[in-house]
Amino acid sequence: MLGNQLSWKRKTYIGLMEVLMYLCTGLTAALALFLVGYVLLRGLHGITWQFLSTEPSYLSGTIGILPNLLNTIYIIFATLVLVLPLGIGAAVYLTEYAGNRKIVGMIEYAAETLSGIPSIIYGLAGMLFFSNHLGSCLLAGALTLVIMNLPVVMRTTQESLKTVPQGYREGAFALGAGKWRAIRTVVMPACVDGVITGCILVVGRILGESAALLFSAGFAHALHGVLDGLMRPGATLTVALYVYAKDQGEFGAAFAIAALLMALTVFINLCTALTGKYCKRKNSI
Amino acid sequence: MKKKDWTENIICGIFLVLGLITVGCVLLISVYLIISGIPAIREIGLTKFLLGKEWAPTASQPRYGILPFILSSIYGTAGAILIGVPLGFFTAVYLAKLAPAKIKTVMESVVSLLAGIPSVVYGLAGMMVLVPGIRKFFNVPDGASLLAAMIVLAIMILPSIIHVSMAALEAVPKEYEDASFALGASPLETYFRISVPAAKSGLGAAIVLGVGRAIGEAMAVVMVSGNVANMPSLFASVRFLTTAVASEMAYSGGLHREALFSIALVLFLFIMLINAALHFFLKGHTANSQ
Repeated sequence: MLGNQLSWKRKTYIGLMEVLMYLCTGLTAALALFLVGYVLLRGLHGITWQFLSTEPSYLSGTIGILPNLLNTIYIIFATLVLVLPLGIGAAVYLTEYAGNRKIVGMIEYAAETLSGIPSIIYGLAGMLFFSNHLGSCLLAGALTLVIMNLPVVMRTTQESLKTVPQGYREGAFALGAGKWRAIRTVVMPACVDGVITGCILVVGRILGESAALLFSAGFAHALHGVLDGLMRPGATLTVALYVYAKDQGEFGAAFAIAALLMALTVFINLCTALTGKYCKRKNSI
Repeated sequence: MKKKDWTENIICGIFLVLGLITVGCVLLISVYLIISGIPAIREIGLTKFLLGKEWAPTASQPRYGILPFILSSIYGTAGAILIGVPLGFFTAVYLAKLAPAKIKTVMESVVSLLAGIPSVVYGLAGMMVLVPGIRKFFNVPDGASLLAAMIVLAIMILPSIIHVSMAALEAVPKEYEDASFALGASPLETYFRISVPAAKSGLGAAIVLGVGRAIGEAMAVVMVSGNVANMPSLFASVRFLTTAVASEMAYSGGLHREALFSIALVLFLFIMLINAALHFFLKGHTANSQ
């Protein structure tokens, strides 16, 4: 009905925009589907128990990624242990203590700047501050990642601290609690979901990070225990993928790692979606 | 009472220090990059460094001109924006305004998946699919080129563009759209002629964010761009500012190494400019929506 009354010019405009919209959405979906499908197709059959549970051996000419898997786990663990107190502390300061608008603005601008700095610059900075003193090792890589992920933990914690009702704090004060006691016993427990969301995001970012680690954590494939491993150079999964694909031409191994990373990405996204849903439900009650 | 005040003050101080660590990190990174980047620029000369067309640090007469890297980074980013922004923009309009709830949820998870895929995986897929594809399709000797880098970057910036644009479009007050419907405009005309201009500062932020992502990406670009220090042209093998740092840091020494730090400093200045622009757009965005 409406269509009949529209002028020819308007109809073309509407038609054109409609076509462009469907085309672009379709293209985006197709690209994602192709990427996931292609990587899984090329890589899945390379993931065998032997591939996951051994270290690379020149003698038998096989490639195993156990050292890289462990390095990734060590670096995630070390980063989280260091970044959580710093990020949560900063968020608590911003939402609970800060009175001075200038300091708040400065901290927030700094966090924004940190999240805009590309990872290759973090890699260089990490090399300059940490690797020059500690040698290139997983710990230097983890410290670099701490700086990089600080804004993420800070932001998610801050968001969830903001949802804690003001009445809780006032209730605690009314019962005679000091500021710190109120924060420790009433405010902090309520921000757990923000911290968990932050953790998941950080794990996802570390899994995908390579440029920041290349110069700070090095790229060795040797197998080490936790404490020993943190002080030695080591490649995480992504760095190993880069080394295998770019320098050694081992595309089978590279695709197998890529497929593994893809599966982990899907898993992490699922976790984020589920915690998001859970928090929403909890907050709405 | 006195004692309690004391502990409270100490704890407040501790939290203040934790809060200021972020500021400290930014200052530390800036100062370190400036200190390590300046010496090589002073030795080579600023104009020779920035406008020199030849990069040959290991030659007997070493030359340190980074104009090819700067131009490649700029062209590559511009190409990625040219391809990625329209693609992301139309997708965002569809998802924010027209898509049925089911398609919207599915596409949102697809977009977050794209955002989560590690950059080396993009690089690997680009290396194995796009590079041979360009070689065959355009009949050029090597597909590892500026064009391949542009396409990979365009796909990599899609998720941020779609997310930010959708948020901006969803924040447009419903009254604007209702008024437009009441005046007889069709839904599509309303969305493109009313909602899009109303969300323009958010859309601007999306583009700036895309620029920042594209100019800072190193690993995916190093894998598909061929990595030779040529002046940029679409099918030439090129090197970006980021990849110049990434590919030579491992074996460089002396002035060469210092020059790489200077390249990082130039990149850092670009990023700071982009951050300032982003800050400006986001501020405009919140001011608009209030």
